[in-house]
Amino acid sequence: MLEYVKRCIVRVWAIDTLRDAGLQALELMIGLDEAMMNIVALSVQVSLSAVVLSCLIALPIGAATAVGRFPGRQAIIVVMNAFMGLPPVVVGLIVYLALSRAGPLGPMGLLFTPTAMVLAQALLVTPIIAALTRQIVADAWEEYREQLQSLGSNGFRSALTLIWDTRFSLLTAVLAGLGRATAEVGAVMIVGGNIDGVTRVMTTAIALETSKGDLALALALGAILILLVVMLNSSAYLISEAARRRYG
Amino acid sequence: MVDPVFIRVVLLACLAWIASVPAQAAERFITVASTTSTEQSGLFGHLLPLFTRASGIEVRVVALGTGQALALARRGDADVVFVHDPVAEEKFVSEGYGRGRQRVMYNDFVLIGPKADPARVAGSGDIAQALQRIHATASPFASRADKSGTHAAELRLWRLAGKDPQDGRAKWYRETGSGMGPTLNTAAAMNAYVLTDRGTWLSFKNRADLVILVEGDQRLFNQYGVILVNSEKHPHVKHALGQQFVDWLTSKPGQNAIAGYRIGGEQLFFPNAGGS
Repeated sequence: MLEYVKRCIVRVWAIDTLRDAGLQALELMIGLDEAMMNIVALSVQVSLSAVVLSCLIALPIGAATAVGRFPGRQAIIVVMNAFMGLPPVVVGLIVYLALSRAGPLGPMGLLFTPTAMVLAQALLVTPIIAALTRQIVADAWEEYREQLQSLGSNGFRSALTLIWDTRFSLLTAVLAGLGRATAEVGAVMIVGGNIDGVTRVMTTAIALETSKGDLALALALGAILILLVVMLNSSAYLISEAARRRYG
Repeated sequence: MVDPVFIRVVLLACLAWIASVPAQAAERFITVASTTSTEQSGLFGHLLPLFTRASGIEVRVVALGTGQALALARRGDADVVFVHDPVAEEKFVSEGYGRGRQRVMYNDFVLIGPKADPARVAGSGDIAQALQRIHATASPFASRADKSGTHAAELRLWRLAGKDPQDGRAKWYRETGSGMGPTLNTAAAMNAYVLTDRGTWLSFKNRADLVILVEGDQRLFNQYGVILVNSEKHPHVKHALGQQFVDWLTSKPGQNAIAGYRIGGEQLFFPNAGGS
């Protein structure tokens, strides 16, 4: 078994591209390459902002559709579920047309800025967080409905209570959204323009290096991006574990 | 045990940092819509710092195919276009979107193909004949098909060769619908012939079995031009700053900087400003 694993590693290592990618990834990380650190920082900043913005919209919508009974509720649920799979390139195009100088929001001059990228990612992420929130809160509502109603809690208060009570489950919904945001390339490429030093993020940098034919560097950046996502998720996990132990 | 106050402080700090995203204040910068060849060949990486040092103006490059770059500028989303399709550029100017077009530099297109050369086009130096042979032998050919400058040039060359590659929906003619780099990657993977500008080829790393087969034909000439977007059509266009960039590119220092860019000792672009 060990022999087999060793042989596999040797064989993979013999593929030039993979070996170069591994070495370059290490080099970039150990050397804290400045250009790369800026790209990493912008990626994190844009995606986290998009997720925070999405949460402000998605958590209330998700909870409202879980607890409330109002006309159009089912339509909203179907749309939320369907839009979890919005194609990033279409969202990018829509946001581009809106922010373009010839578009309705053109005068704001937001095209090709990180803000535009935040907006595009927020649009992508909102349905995901909203749909998952609805499911989580609806399950909790099922369980605690009588209890909450017997305490005289109205719909609004119940929704708030349930969001708070399910916060550890909701973290998973938020992380799903974050995953989508950090992974997508189609939307940020169009609305950000992949401008060096201004709107270049990890995914667009990977696309650029791939099109330059520098597959090893592209793969190295890919490895760093995956590592980054793992780190973000680990910190979220650790914080939630700490909080869970504290507050139960 | 992590102190909850500490967690709260960290979270607040994160939020503050996140909120700083849009605060990238607009100083003196212009947006240039350009082609993938100028960006990916590393020319801009060499050129723009020199211009920024001389003028204090930051240049933000959005690298697209020529067709897409001009479409972007038509909507007013760029201050300057720097592309390589003279026909489309003249049209852009005559429609009133640009204020005159100026020549900046040239290089040439080259026909790339597999070393084995199934259509036997190597060494002829005649691009029309080469395309006719590719057509006759139905050898795989990868086309950009994205309305870029290179795509426009390729279609012109097919017309010169008197052949229509779309003829009978031929299977050997493969439209990738993507940029030069991705198309070269595709060609490398399926051993296809492909037309590319020399700059992109020189800086392209994933060559596999591909080599230059036809070069030096006068009809492979590739002219780059620069156009300042018309501020009468789009009042927000940074006219003065954009003009400075155009002036610098066509001035002695700009032209020298272009001539000075080399990869492995080979000059990529040849300045020829002056006149249109």
